[in-house]
Amino acid sequence: MSNPQTFQIQEISAHPGPVPGAGTQRAEEVCKYIDVTTCIGCKACEVACVEWNDHPFRETTFDDTYQTMPSTEWNYWNLIKFAEDARDGNLMWLMRKDQCMHCEDPGCLRACPADGAIIKYENGIVDFQQDNCIGCGYCISGCPFDIPKFNEKTKKVYKCTLCSDRVGQGLEPACIKACPTGCLHFGTKSDMVQIAGLRAKQLREVSGFADAGVYDPPSIKGTHVIYTLHDINHPERYGLPKNPVIPASYTYWKWTAKPIGLLMAGLGLLAVFFHRVSVGPKLPQPEEPPLVSEHADPVEAKRKELP
Amino acid sequence: MTNGWIDIKNTDMMLIMGGNPAENHPCGFKWPVEAKLHRNAKMIVVDPRFTRTATQADLFLQIRAGTDIAFLGGLINYAIQNNRIAKDYLINYTNAAFIVKDGFKLPEDGLFSGFDAGATTYDKSTWNYEEGWKIESANQGVRSPTVSEGNSPKGSVGKNSEKGGDAGGHQAAGGPGASAQGGQKPPPMLPPNVAYDLSLQHPRSVFQLLKQQYSRYTPEMVERITGIPRDQFIKAADLFTSVRKNGDMKKAATIIYAVGWTQHTFGTQIIRTAAILQLILGNVGRAGGGVNALRGHSNIQGATDMGGVFDIFPGYLKIPQPNDTDLAAFLKRTTPTSSKPNEWDSYNYWSNTPKFMVSFLKSLYGDSAKKETDFNYQYLPKIDRKFSWTEMWDEMYAGKVKGLFAFGMNGVAIGPNSRKNIEALKKADFLVVCELYPEETAEFWRAPGITKDDMKKINTTIYRLPGAGFAEKDGTFVNSARWLQWKYVAVPPPGAAKVDQEILARIFLRMRELYQKEGGKFPDPILNLTWAYTTPQNPSLAEVAKEINGKALVDLTDEKLFPGQTIKAGQQLPGFAWLKDDGTTACGNWLYSGSWTEAGPQMQRRGTDDPSGLGIYQNWAWSWPANRRVMYNRASCDPSGKPWDMERRQVWWNEAQQKWVGNDVPDFKVDSKPADHMGPFIMNPEGVGRIFAPLAAFADGPFPEHYEPVESPIANPLHPKQSTNPVAKKFKSDMDKLGTPAEGFNVVCTTYRLTEHYHYWTKNNPMNVQLVPEPFVEVPAQLANEMGITGGEKVRVTSARGEYIAKAMVTKRIKPMMIDGKKIYQIGLPIHWGYRGIAEDAGKTSLMTANQLSPAAIDPNAYTPEFKGFLVKIEKI
Repeated sequence: MSNPQTFQIQEISAHPGPVPGAGTQRAEEVCKYIDVTTCIGCKACEVACVEWNDHPFRETTFDDTYQTMPSTEWNYWNLIKFAEDARDGNLMWLMRKDQCMHCEDPGCLRACPADGAIIKYENGIVDFQQDNCIGCGYCISGCPFDIPKFNEKTKKVYKCTLCSDRVGQGLEPACIKACPTGCLHFGTKSDMVQIAGLRAKQLREVSGFADAGVYDPPSIKGTHVIYTLHDINHPERYGLPKNPVIPASYTYWKWTAKPIGLLMAGLGLLAVFFHRVSVGPKLPQPEEPPLVSEHADPVEAKRKELP
Repeated sequence: MTNGWIDIKNTDMMLIMGGNPAENHPCGFKWPVEAKLHRNAKMIVVDPRFTRTATQADLFLQIRAGTDIAFLGGLINYAIQNNRIAKDYLINYTNAAFIVKDGFKLPEDGLFSGFDAGATTYDKSTWNYEEGWKIESANQGVRSPTVSEGNSPKGSVGKNSEKGGDAGGHQAAGGPGASAQGGQKPPPMLPPNVAYDLSLQHPRSVFQLLKQQYSRYTPEMVERITGIPRDQFIKAADLFTSVRKNGDMKKAATIIYAVGWTQHTFGTQIIRTAAILQLILGNVGRAGGGVNALRGHSNIQGATDMGGVFDIFPGYLKIPQPNDTDLAAFLKRTTPTSSKPNEWDSYNYWSNTPKFMVSFLKSLYGDSAKKETDFNYQYLPKIDRKFSWTEMWDEMYAGKVKGLFAFGMNGVAIGPNSRKNIEALKKADFLVVCELYPEETAEFWRAPGITKDDMKKINTTIYRLPGAGFAEKDGTFVNSARWLQWKYVAVPPPGAAKVDQEILARIFLRMRELYQKEGGKFPDPILNLTWAYTTPQNPSLAEVAKEINGKALVDLTDEKLFPGQTIKAGQQLPGFAWLKDDGTTACGNWLYSGSWTEAGPQMQRRGTDDPSGLGIYQNWAWSWPANRRVMYNRASCDPSGKPWDMERRQVWWNEAQQKWVGNDVPDFKVDSKPADHMGPFIMNPEGVGRIFAPLAAFADGPFPEHYEPVESPIANPLHPKQSTNPVAKKFKSDMDKLGTPAEGFNVVCTTYRLTEHYHYWTKNNPMNVQLVPEPFVEVPAQLANEMGITGGEKVRVTSARGEYIAKAMVTKRIKPMMIDGKKIYQIGLPIHWGYRGIAEDAGKTSLMTANQLSPAAIDPNAYTPEFKGFLVKIEKI
């Protein structure tokens, strides 16, 4: 959780009305670039993340793999995913650093019904504000990358902040600083896209990986964490969705149902207004005895009990 | 490393073998990655498993553990057959043209000439050069030395030529065992003038012998031994030797290795094979080249440099033997004289041994070390046999070694044959352990299988001293690149913990007090040891570092080397060129001289300027020797002194200044003209690189030969009757058993470390335990399938010496191999667990050390045990 004063906010979950100060400041979009092809799976980024964020240790058990645990956790935001991948007789041991992708169109934010629990900054960082989190978990189902994780004790959801606290001070994220081979990079989105592209070109032209490319999925308008992959046609080999999408219910809610609902409400108000003008005010009528229904709505009944 | 970590970025080609740097040296591994990214360098990885390093390889080959010589020998054969060799380099910078003595025999049957089956040693007198002169053509005989007495005495330019004809000092690097036998007749010497044939055609020229030796290592033979299919082998051979395609000398290839090569009963010879390959390809001494050993602990390079081994003193000075009756006799035996073609020159830097040795004695014994007292040479211990690590524990098991000081060394866990080591400690009178955590050695008495009743019978007194961790003390680390780097204290030691030097100083001072009071058999070495530290109870390491660098004891001048300069008495020496053999200088380690001078602690420098862009960083820390970063860098130039590759030029001959200049410190006599033909390998008496290693340089042969590990699934296809190294030491106690395939031990097992852990410490650190919580065994998927093992199930791995139980990690990264027609499986065992630690104390492991399995059989040169490639059986439980 970062201090929302640090950056200019671009979007706020479930917020009625405009974002305060919107358009007053512009920020360069930041991006983490991960060159999967030079990652050696050393887990220095995992350790740096745990240490920088003061996460408590969690007990792990051997699970037939070098991978520390099956997936990211509420207190383990950065996890290298190991996959033994054999194709055409060639064995590859793929190691991909998994963490929040900081989507340009963040499914978590779309899904979140709590005002201000998820904010997206102008620089592209998507950050959870646990103070406003109601623990509903909608963000978890809204994420196409299975990143946000629920803490049973605090009843709140957590994920990688792209070290917004460090970035706000002009530092790179902790994982980037710890990486020994330099497979992790941090900078502006445009720079990162460029160097990732150059690396992919080198892989295609020099290293014999004809399908190398950059993972920056357009289906969610790109991400602020991008990868160079040996095989861009099959990102699922690395545990990445080929075409990540936000569940339709959330996009439908945001872009279709919600505007329609608002439109209907507006029309209703208009109807009231015209009714008043054309028909005039409703005047008191002689009282009729109340209808007793055996099938009274229990919710309505409950509501009536309230003070 | 001949080169250094950063220099790897300059390479065009990497062979990473016998090491897994991405796993064990992740920080250094940035440089291989850099070479790939910025030079499009190629990487070949050869390993028994598909490792973290293999993920970065352009070509990965799975090899059977312990067959590296067969693979490298095959590469040498391929390079020669396909003329992918550096001919000028080979002729001028190696002993390829030297003629070997008549009577020398190659090991077609597994044995070199001179084998004594009874003593299981070699008489090495035929492992020598032919005395003689230049041979113009192959059919012309070797001329007798007397014929050429009148030849122009080029040799006299060499530093030692005044001793040139002297009988002494030609014997190379004789181990203590070697001299014990040679007591009667004088040991064989290298001839001062070596016969040579620049056409390389003489049948006894080193090159022809090399060609003949490895002609047997055909791709077919490599496949039979290593399990690498021949087409894959040829692909790798073609790729690696492609740096010398069409004789082009611009490109450079590097070889990177670690203990995957060392830990065999022929480990030294594996490294020799790599050195030979690099010499014939002309890759040694060059940016992006070399033979590069990655050291597995932060200061193990420093430990070796400072003589933390039984057979050397600091600076690789040899240790005296009983035959060395006085200093003169010792120096005569250990100071080599040059041995080379008469027309060539040899710097023979070890001719300075007397200066290094006398200065070392002065640093030990101060004013009491006088010329009249032979500089107290007699205070030094003389060793009559080998006291290597494994031999020491064997003697303890035999009841001869009565006590042990273990500082930062978990002897039980680091094995081999841990159970024998536990039994040995039971027999000791005392054990002193200085450590950070409770560990397997200090708590050997609670090893699995020892009952309460057994414990009562153990009479070993154990003293546990609380040590300080690396962040709790200052001092230096010497890294793989030979840099001395000063480090600072981060936090004070907790509680009663003390830094090592305080513990050692207090033990020493109490011992000295006892000797003062009670006398004793030989108190002089203790009473006369210098201890001139400001705080004797806790010497500052800065003072120790200054002492090691050395100082002038009188006002020094040297009109020949340093005209006009004077070093005042008491001043720090600027470097080892100032050392004297007359007692006017004191120096704890000549190699480190220059590291803490009057200009200050060079090891604390943090300059980041790198004008050449080659990553030399002359002002960052200090690199031995003489702050040069790439050793033998004279060989980066052609014989006329011009760099082979101008883009990566390190040093070169400056005709105007008449000296060697460059981006790095020249590893050479700076005013030696190229026309003088001084060899670039100045530490060899030949001045050139040794393809053929003469005399006692190595115990097991002048050329490397493939031998099987002491436990092997097959008989050696080259010579089944002499399957293993004939001079490797196998121990004979009742606990030293070897297993055979016939007894069911038919799986090859290798041991290693993980990135997530550091030896046996980090099992006490929750963060590391979180990353890899439990021990495991890596099992090939096909073997697991055959045996019905699924990942996470427990398996029992048994060798002839012990057993190990852990969960199986079923992996596709190890495949079955066809070895000489037999299907062979390999398994892998990370070593990090024991019977004390977080997982251990929580009852989550079987409380066993991986080294209960490994055999105590050692390399005859470096005495390293065979932790890689022994036989086990595996079963599901």
